[in-house]
Amino acid sequence: MAALILLPLTLPLLMAGIGFLFPRAYWTLALPIISAAALLAVGVGLIIAVQASGPVVAVAGWLRVDALSAWMLAVVGAVAVVALWGGAPVRSKSKASVGSFTALLNLFLGAMSLALVADNVGLMWVAIELTTITTAFLVASGEGRNSLEAAWKYVVLGAVGVAIAFLGVALLSAASGSHSETGVSWTSLMAHAATLDPAMTKLAGALAVLGFATKAGLAPMHSWLPDAHSQAPAPVSGLMSGVLLSVAFYAILRIQAVTDAAVGPELMRTLLMTAGLLSLAVTAGLVLTQSDYKRLLAYSSIEHMGLLAIGAAIGGELAMAAVLLHILGHGLIKSTMFVLAGRISDASGTHRIDGVQGLLRVRPDLGAPFLLGTAGLLGFPPFVTFFTEVAIIVAGFTRGLGWQMALACVLLLVVFAGIARQVLAMTLGAGVREQGRPVWWRRLPIGLALLTSAVLGFAAWPLAGTLLAAVGALGGVR
Amino acid sequence: MSQEVFQQLVATTTGVLLLTAILQVWGRSLVRSIGLLAVQGAALAGLAFTVGFHAGEPQATLVALIVLVMKSAVLPAALLRSARLTGETRERPAALNPAVELIGAAGLTLIAYIVGTPLVGDNPDPARQALPVGISLVLLGFWLLLIRRSAITQLIGFLVLDNGIATVSFLASSGLPLTVELGASLDVLLVVLILGVFVVRMQRQQGHSDITELKELHD
Repeated sequence: MAALILLPLTLPLLMAGIGFLFPRAYWTLALPIISAAALLAVGVGLIIAVQASGPVVAVAGWLRVDALSAWMLAVVGAVAVVALWGGAPVRSKSKASVGSFTALLNLFLGAMSLALVADNVGLMWVAIELTTITTAFLVASGEGRNSLEAAWKYVVLGAVGVAIAFLGVALLSAASGSHSETGVSWTSLMAHAATLDPAMTKLAGALAVLGFATKAGLAPMHSWLPDAHSQAPAPVSGLMSGVLLSVAFYAILRIQAVTDAAVGPELMRTLLMTAGLLSLAVTAGLVLTQSDYKRLLAYSSIEHMGLLAIGAAIGGELAMAAVLLHILGHGLIKSTMFVLAGRISDASGTHRIDGVQGLLRVRPDLGAPFLLGTAGLLGFPPFVTFFTEVAIIVAGFTRGLGWQMALACVLLLVVFAGIARQVLAMTLGAGVREQGRPVWWRRLPIGLALLTSAVLGFAAWPLAGTLLAAVGALGGVR
Repeated sequence: MSQEVFQQLVATTTGVLLLTAILQVWGRSLVRSIGLLAVQGAALAGLAFTVGFHAGEPQATLVALIVLVMKSAVLPAALLRSARLTGETRERPAALNPAVELIGAAGLTLIAYIVGTPLVGDNPDPARQALPVGISLVLLGFWLLLIRRSAITQLIGFLVLDNGIATVSFLASSGLPLTVELGASLDVLLVVLILGVFVVRMQRQQGHSDITELKELHD
């Protein structure tokens, strides 16, 4: 079983090596897709293995996969398949340096996997910093000043944020008073939560969450996100919005579990609820006046991360299971939307919302899934996001967080109106039919992702055990 | 190492750390600021060795060596190279006057001591007592990021911040395991190298590296 953990770490490295060896070969675009598919398979395999015989440990306890890590691995794999397969640039649009591009994508996948399987807190920190490093040149790979500006802000803010998280990690290790050879692991922190120094743990938890929240794009540390996600090429935006944010959020969940066990849930509840509501408010304030559709999608990511933070603040089985399912639903839909946005900008030559009109008539192959995906992002039934959002709100009300939930509902409505208005302006209206429908295998991942997110809400029953086991890995019900 | 020598060494190294950071806020020359960064790195290595050796950790010398090579040789050299490539040796005209900058720095150091006191508590360990120095380094790094406009100084600010975090981690927990230290150092090095590449690209595209001019992207 231990070999299963090592596969998602070594395969991307191998694939990256091949990519660097053939820097100009178009076929190297297949390499990260293979890594992503392997990641998905390993994730599913580990979910089954963990359910059968408990957490899997490898490399002398440095790596450990429990139900939560396995679930996240599978989610990252699934979303990455959609983003990379659907977002693969056509031959005429792909750059000369396609091999290095795919090599960086592979390294990025490897870094995310490492963050998810690391049991050592410091190692997880190193992996999360690596995700910034591997994506820096991917964000900067667009043309002109804008992508450089976006990449600069992304790396500076990402690095500073994650550095603050390192302060948290160091203090957490000080709070545990451990001097063992491998440092502090999540397992040992959870096991000895009661003996942690409370004052130190509080400060450490707050700093770590603050730092990782920068990476997760939670307000008020979100200012880099719309720039980076709108300037990066389509598959990169899809991966960053769809799963990188969630990987950072996974780190927050782990920190929350430890601090909750050590000093009670009030601190994290306040922090996450504030950040969540603020993220919703920021999105609500800015979607109405947005003029760039890739930025619109980026702001929608801030909204969904805010929703996840609110869910985590509520806690309890229902809310946490909904949060984990929402990560999958949002990831699938958002990566699809960024892939579609990339195709729309290729077809129309603009990022501006008012530059695109009557998409349903002009390019129904783009307009129809774009509209459907928007419905998914806004939480229309039958998409899974509808069920998870309702579950989070209901859980909040049953836990006595009445006014916070009411405020969240109002903000969600404003976001709903804002995004719906912008996307309807793009898709409805008159227009002349244009050619350019992509081949079937480029349409397939879009269809699969939308179909999956649509049936997932009804078909979630078989997943219930998996999700509850993942919630259990966070220390169970609080 | 006797308790007294230990106390002296901790006081000296943390003193140098704080002094160099303040001088960086004060000065305007990029080259001198990078030089101060190298001194700061050496002081950090000294602190890592002192604390590790005192705690009887077998890897103390190795960790200190890594810190010394990284923070006082490799990183300053990389910064110096970026500065040479862009031809920037002095800070761009600032938004604040130098007196305000220094008063701000003094205020932040004060805040660091106020914030740090509950962490120190009544712990008599001199390493714990010096913890506020690390916090003030973090805050001074932030201060540099805020008040300076040249992209190179932004990098210096980031590294001061990082030195502060390393100081806190050495003082509070006598460091993390060697593997994590190595990984973290490598990460910081890569971040600085990447940002160095961006600075040079920025210089080539717009003829300067003033980050306040980065305002194409907004809502």
